[in-house]
Amino acid sequence: MRLAPLLSLGGSLAAWQAVVMLMHVPVYVLPGPVAIFAAYLADAAVLNRALLATLSVAAMALLCATVLGVALACLITASRLARAVLEPWTVVLQVTPIVAIAPLIIIWIGNPFTAMVVCATIVAFFPIYANTAEGLAATPQALRDVFALNGASAAQEIFYLRLPAAVPYFLTGLKISGGLALVGAVVAEFVTGAGGIASGLAFRILEAGYRLQIARMFAALVLLAMAGLVINAGFAGIARAAARRWGA
Amino acid sequence: MSAPPVLSLNSVSRRFDSGVVALDCVDLQIGAGEFVVLLGPSGCGKSTLLRLIAGLDAPNSGTITWHDKPAPGEIGFVFQDPTLMPWADAQANVAMPLRLRGVADAQARARAALSLVGLDDFATARPATLSGGMRMRVSIARALAARPRVLLMDEPFAALDEFTRHRLQDDVLRITAELGCTTVFVTHSLYEGAYLADRIVLMRARPGQIAAEIPAPGPRPRDRFGDTYLPLLARLQAEVAANAVAT
Repeated sequence: MRLAPLLSLGGSLAAWQAVVMLMHVPVYVLPGPVAIFAAYLADAAVLNRALLATLSVAAMALLCATVLGVALACLITASRLARAVLEPWTVVLQVTPIVAIAPLIIIWIGNPFTAMVVCATIVAFFPIYANTAEGLAATPQALRDVFALNGASAAQEIFYLRLPAAVPYFLTGLKISGGLALVGAVVAEFVTGAGGIASGLAFRILEAGYRLQIARMFAALVLLAMAGLVINAGFAGIARAAARRWGA
Repeated sequence: MSAPPVLSLNSVSRRFDSGVVALDCVDLQIGAGEFVVLLGPSGCGKSTLLRLIAGLDAPNSGTITWHDKPAPGEIGFVFQDPTLMPWADAQANVAMPLRLRGVADAQARARAALSLVGLDDFATARPATLSGGMRMRVSIARALAARPRVLLMDEPFAALDEFTRHRLQDDVLRITAELGCTTVFVTHSLYEGAYLADRIVLMRARPGQIAAEIPAPGPRPRDRFGDTYLPLLARLQAEVAANAVAT
């Protein structure tokens, strides 16, 4: 069972290579895995640097989304006024397509790195915020009663009870947001990259596309996909460990 | 009730926003050190009454008067579910009420409370690794850690198997006698009521009212086949029928 994903991946790659070779598919239409790997090796330094640039935007965005998401979730849990004021805006932010507002954000914020982080943060923010808020609200009534009977302050209730109780919910949000931060970073790079700012993997994908270096384009895509898989697996592992600890 | 009252309820009514009258004009006095069982079918307001006594809810009318008002932590509450903090071990769960009030020797007192319920060896166990009965013991220890003057228990053993329930009933009798605390115990089991109580307050539903009060004198724990318990059980059955409690 554990080997199934690897076998499926390996089999698909072999079949892909076979089809490309047997049917003589031109490399500028669909390169085979071997050609893609060769393109990666030929340009490894540039592509790795681009991957690092994309990952640093995604990581920074995830950090910002976590701080903002948890803080806002605490705020709307503690205050009904804050909930009434903030909730519509968080929904507006969630449903606004980032591709539509990314050019604006990049114009408003001069620094490209900051602008890209802002875009990716907007994309990654909502799952962390919504899941944490749900976790904060889902604290069992009986535990809140125990705290009330012992004269707990609002701060004690948040820090000793509601936040620890919300950790599994938060981690579910973090797992989703981890992938979204990467998507957000790539979208932001596409917009800035199209504007000529050379950075991350998205720019390399665009550049390779313009030059019809399709194998190089695929190499960048594969790097991106692998980064996404690693991020997802990492956060999923943390979430599973926490779920065990939290007795879920 | 011979002991001086610690608590008096006068014409207490509680109506929920849905229009349901959970309690209608309840009068009740509870004496110091008394073990009172609130007995009745689902929906008779016995849990609501317990929450009102704890101060977790307020009546729409009527008064609840403490003759020596308990400070925060002097009321121990045991819920139907153990509802422990799953991320914390048994000792941390028991110590939490003490930590909230800044009690200095919280950990030592938590260990003492765990010892009282027979869980000395499980201080570092997390709730997920404990059986249902052990989780309930931790929950009882949490209520006892602050050495409460008043212990309120809301159908704590309803979800446990018969063997565990009998052992925990004996534990509760022993511990409340040792601590000398006033206990209000909610149950829907005639057997449990007849086994535990100094006095049984029989309630009926819709609206929640006190149907009868049945004194249950005599030493405890009672012999489950003895000549105090069985006549008491028969008397309870008769009162249930006479007061149309089960309809």
